[in-house]
Amino acid sequence: MANALAAQKKMTIGEGGLALTFAAMALLCIVIAAKAYTPEYAFHAYLFTAASVASVFAIVNRYYNRPAEPAPLTIDGKPNYNMGPVKFGTVIAMFWGIAGFLVGLIIALQLAFPALNFDLQWISFGRLRPLHTSAVIFAFGGNVLIATSFYVVQRTSRARLAGDLSPWFVVLGYNFFILIAGTGYLLGITQSKEYAEPEWYADLWLTVVWVTYLLVFLATLWRRVEPHIYVANWFYLAFIITIAMLHLGNNATVPVSIFSPKSYIVWSGVQDAMVQWWYGHNAVGFFLTAGFLAIMYYFIPKRAERPVYSYRLSIIHFWALIFLYIWAGPHHLHYTALPDWAQTLGMTFSIILWMPSWGGMINGIMTLSGAWDKLRTDPVLRMMVVSVAFYGMSTFEGPMMSVKVVNSLSHYTDWTIGHVHSGALGWVAYISFGAIYCLVPWLWNRKLYSLKLVNWHFWISTIGIVLYITSMWVSGILQGLMWRAYTSLGFLEYSFVETVEAMHPFYVIRALGGFLFLCGALVMVWNLWKTVNSAEAEETAGLALAPAE
Amino acid sequence: MADEHKEIDAVTGTATTGHDWDGIRELNTPLPRWWLWTFYITIVWAIGYWVVYPAWPLITGSTEGITAWHARSAVVDDLAELKVQRGPLMDKLAEASLPEIAGSPQLLDFARAQGRVAFADNCAPCHGAGGGGAKGYANLNDDDWLWGGKIGDIEQTIRFGVRSAHDKTRAGNMPPFTGVLKANEVSAVADFARSLSGLPAEKGVDLDLGKKLFAENCAACHGDAGKGNRELGAPNLTDKIWLYASDKATIEQGILQGRGAVMPVWEGRLSEPVIKALAVYVYTFGGGEK
Repeated sequence: MANALAAQKKMTIGEGGLALTFAAMALLCIVIAAKAYTPEYAFHAYLFTAASVASVFAIVNRYYNRPAEPAPLTIDGKPNYNMGPVKFGTVIAMFWGIAGFLVGLIIALQLAFPALNFDLQWISFGRLRPLHTSAVIFAFGGNVLIATSFYVVQRTSRARLAGDLSPWFVVLGYNFFILIAGTGYLLGITQSKEYAEPEWYADLWLTVVWVTYLLVFLATLWRRVEPHIYVANWFYLAFIITIAMLHLGNNATVPVSIFSPKSYIVWSGVQDAMVQWWYGHNAVGFFLTAGFLAIMYYFIPKRAERPVYSYRLSIIHFWALIFLYIWAGPHHLHYTALPDWAQTLGMTFSIILWMPSWGGMINGIMTLSGAWDKLRTDPVLRMMVVSVAFYGMSTFEGPMMSVKVVNSLSHYTDWTIGHVHSGALGWVAYISFGAIYCLVPWLWNRKLYSLKLVNWHFWISTIGIVLYITSMWVSGILQGLMWRAYTSLGFLEYSFVETVEAMHPFYVIRALGGFLFLCGALVMVWNLWKTVNSAEAEETAGLALAPAE
Repeated sequence: MADEHKEIDAVTGTATTGHDWDGIRELNTPLPRWWLWTFYITIVWAIGYWVVYPAWPLITGSTEGITAWHARSAVVDDLAELKVQRGPLMDKLAEASLPEIAGSPQLLDFARAQGRVAFADNCAPCHGAGGGGAKGYANLNDDDWLWGGKIGDIEQTIRFGVRSAHDKTRAGNMPPFTGVLKANEVSAVADFARSLSGLPAEKGVDLDLGKKLFAENCAACHGDAGKGNRELGAPNLTDKIWLYASDKATIEQGILQGRGAVMPVWEGRLSEPVIKALAVYVYTFGGGEK
């Protein structure tokens, strides 16, 4: 920022401005807390107050401790990478991951054994379910995306992350959003939109954080020394921009009052449903697909030490994916009040999307040409390649399920849950685990504690995923067939409650699968903990800080 | 593209693009043919689908497609098909009187098939999947009927509900006796009620007092001999079948707080043949009266 030439230490405009903004915000939130309509909302206002005060202290404290000059962009001609926010994002991602998997296991057990909600409203399925989905998608997945994007954009641009306080504002602000969202669910604050449950004030806060994220990312790209922008960064950018658009569109609400957590969505009826699934499906497309493809495009070639298979394919499938995904949302609303034409477009564009999705799979797997032997020796690489295989399977299954005749069987059944988890556990989580297994040794300058433990993690989790997916396939198809079964006299063969009873054994198997997946992740945490706390430095010391060749 | 930096990847023999990011290079492999052709085929298929079905929005409405297929008309067709499958028996069920249904084996089977589905989806949440009931929810398998066990009685109960808002509802309340009877009196009446079905009294309880109080307060509905009154839904206290429970605490709770279990009105929510089918189905559980 400014004052690089001044010999005396001066507070930058950014530091001063942000400290003042947070001070003003603390005051505002105190007033809101005092006049809040509900104690839950007051609690959130107090959290905002506490976070604002802590931010002011942190900014001032950091100012006193830092050198007079701002951090240089380069040292001896090499980029001076800013890895602090990346480290934070990596650690907190693992924390949220474990929390999210655990809550997932709890609700899986609640579905098999409903008494496990103990008749307590805070841990009822309806509140824990969004806690689970938000924790794994936005808290775990989101932090992995932010951390890796800050890492990858620096390394592939050979430039220091733009901004001084802003990268920290992004990671800390994002996690504060997670805290507000998660505690809100437990206390019963929700706007009841799937994957967009947080209320207006949390949405507003996320908007500020997300725009800052976009600016930091763009400004870093702007600074790049490399002549071209690497493909991973296209995907990251598409993810950041589209999520901003979706978030604003789907969360357009009118709050009841600044003192109330409640708001009303401006959309209504089938239009609201359409906007919701435009958001919901593209959260899958741009958060869980584009974002994690970006991770794949950096970490697989890096780990395999092989060039990306096809530059041309990356261009074509990137643009095809971006153009086509946005149309696919209506396939979530087949056979509803949504007009037929919209359903047709949603379905047909989903089918066309099949090959563009597979372009990423081809580029991921074929990058191993000439390095296939590493699948045997490197469990981290194996994990990432298996994740791409799961990606391929899910992106075939998805278009198939969007076909109306298939959808009439699969919709509202556990098949959907199985499909989502083959993508979530197999693709998103595995590519994230692979990236983190790479990142932690690079960031902390250590050798990974144990590849053997990675191998254990891989197999325990894989068995868990297989149990999860297959049980949900069987349960879902069974459920769909039972719902539509007619007797020869023309009456329904089964009552609803009989179909629920039939699900029980599969729900138990699913919970077992989830338990194994959680166990695998705990092995990973142990492995990473030992890595960071080992005294042994990686032989290629300084890798993280070394410039690109 | 930086052509002058292009190099050939030794393993694949393919040229790279000449770019290098943090050690990552890219091969310039052409698009896989099968990938490209499958992509084209999906596009052609989609265009074909648009020709056949409603697809693109216009200013008012949308392109109709050559089939002019619509989900709403498809549902109407499906329902018509189902009607054909159910055949003329559904019409017969709608027209036939309950005794006629009971008298025709074919119609009875049909009604029971319809009743089984309707019962599972509408009645089972309270009365249990097999009609076995639960505490406060009547067992429909036994011979004890609060409001009558003839097929017509059962139909009336289903149709208008119990203590519902409907004019023709089954009505009659067990009032609370809190403030009317003293604690020892409640105890005496409870034990007397238990004694009607042969259950032992608690030590030191004056059954004579219970008998006297029963005659004064309870007999109006439950009858002098405690045999109940179906007009008021007052249970028979002598048959050893208990809607709530036979233990003294539960009976005392009933006396002190009163009882008034409800059942919803099904007329209007279920169609006429379905209500009839339900009556037949419940009637044939085993406890139906002639």
